[in-house]
Amino acid sequence: MTTLTKGPEAVRLPAPPPAARRRGRWVTITLFLLPAIVLFLMLVVAPMVVAAYSSLFRWNGFGGLPTDFIGLDNFTRLFSSEIFVQDMWHLVVLVALSIFVQLPFSLAVAMLLHQRMRGRAIYRMVFFAPYVLSEVITGVLFSLILSPGSGMANQVLSVFGWESEWLADPDTVLPSLFLVMTWKYFGFHMMIYLAGRQNIPDELVEAAQIDGATAWKTFRYVTLPLLGPTIRISVFLSVIYTIQLFDLVWILTGGGPSHASETMAVTMMDWGFKRSQVGYASAISVVMFVLSLVFALFYQRLVMRRDLEGATTSMGGRR
Amino acid sequence: MSRATKKVSPRRTTLPLHAIALVVGAFIIVPVVYALLGGFKDNSELSGNPFGLPGTWVTANYTDVLASGSFWLQLWNSTFIAVVTTVLTVALSALAAFVFARFAFRGRELFFTLFTAGLMFPFAVAILPIFVLLRTFGLLDNPLGVILTQAAFGLPLTIIILRGFFRSIPGEIEEAATIDGCTPFGFFWRILLPMARPAIATVSVLAIVGSWNNFMLPLVVFSQETSWTLPLGIQQFQGQYASDTARILAYLILAMVPALGFYAIAERHLVGGLTAGATKG
Repeated sequence: MTTLTKGPEAVRLPAPPPAARRRGRWVTITLFLLPAIVLFLMLVVAPMVVAAYSSLFRWNGFGGLPTDFIGLDNFTRLFSSEIFVQDMWHLVVLVALSIFVQLPFSLAVAMLLHQRMRGRAIYRMVFFAPYVLSEVITGVLFSLILSPGSGMANQVLSVFGWESEWLADPDTVLPSLFLVMTWKYFGFHMMIYLAGRQNIPDELVEAAQIDGATAWKTFRYVTLPLLGPTIRISVFLSVIYTIQLFDLVWILTGGGPSHASETMAVTMMDWGFKRSQVGYASAISVVMFVLSLVFALFYQRLVMRRDLEGATTSMGGRR
Repeated sequence: MSRATKKVSPRRTTLPLHAIALVVGAFIIVPVVYALLGGFKDNSELSGNPFGLPGTWVTANYTDVLASGSFWLQLWNSTFIAVVTTVLTVALSALAAFVFARFAFRGRELFFTLFTAGLMFPFAVAILPIFVLLRTFGLLDNPLGVILTQAAFGLPLTIIILRGFFRSIPGEIEEAATIDGCTPFGFFWRILLPMARPAIATVSVLAIVGSWNNFMLPLVVFSQETSWTLPLGIQQFQGQYASDTARILAYLILAMVPALGFYAIAERHLVGGLTAGATKG
């Protein structure tokens, strides 16, 4: 937090009188900062506050601010609603799948593409490409591919005498959704890991190899610990993203069949826009916010604390 | 880079790597190729022959979409909204980031913390009040409703990235400019912004892609077909031609072209910005 603007006072050639200068400084600060702050307060901060406020009311979203105060009733109703409890369970399942399947997969591919091999720039570019496509394109494409009748996926599987209902079966809808998420997002995590891997000095890895460590041991005891900060960030992003998951689910399943793939954001949109129970829907958004906030605070406190101290080289044999 | 352990035939040592990479690549590419070829088939062929080349190349699916005004209108809407959002986000952020990076004043840390906390505000949480707010101001079915909201939510990350870059520019340059009679705005406009071009490019690319792919906000703001962006158009198209799979595939492929083309041009900025943004956020 150094200040860089005190230089001119020392020299002051055509200097205007100091009072005018100081006023000019404040005019600059105000004029430059004001547009961003106004926009931010109006469209980010105020809506958050209104969401929190209206979660305490029964409100259909019309007629100025809500008036029918009902305290925490929306929240008690929420936590006794089977659909919402299921939403939270889906969150747990998707987060677990992401952390234990998608991220290790991304990490493996990143380690693979860190090797010197022909065409790895092209591989990288292709693997990342789905991240650039919109959720809607991805969702519509896979809703066709995974369609239970004669979708492409089933035609492939039929060669092996297999078949699946994919998104149409409550038992397979979450894994199918996760498959699509992996298709779209693993390239992003792979890129983060690649960037992290490039920051590790190759001497460390070579030293381990010279000492006779196998490829696996080099990875396990040298590369992996040094990638710790990168991995922890990608876990963080993955969880925060999953809490808000909406677009893909809305397009692929709309939350169905029979709420089996519904997420909090889908439930919220359902109550807020289809059934005009804005107060109740706001309670859902408050839970999403609190969940993100609590997770972020705890995670940064407990897990990422040592990363924020910037210690990449002082890691012992942890993890 | 670690050298290949066997010098004799590096090609043989990387063969298993290529095998794995190709399998992963197939996982990524096959759905897209399926859509591309499927767009050239008719529906009966599509269900009987999903993978092979089309027996007869049917171009009607693609040409029908291209001949329809709605595709081009959606393309225009998406482009317009993305460009204006980006200009607005980057302009407001650059001004704010300049102040945060180069002035010491009371309340600076407070405001900056407010913006960084904005990274934590999930967009979905605010969607209902934003809808009510935009309705109050008559901004529903108005591109401005989407643009302003997207710009507001784009501010935190953009300000953080630009502020970091502005701070890395040495103070001597500013002193020299001031001695030569530059006003603060003159310094910002004529010296700082040109120097920060790489950072500006990165945040612009992020803003464009974010706006281009946004679905939730246009979904609630736009009800009239004339305002629709591409994501809304695709979703609607799927509903309308539910049984005409080949035509939907053609629409998807055409809608992918601008995004993938942009990716091909701006790959470096996009990847660099996303990974940097991710780790800073």
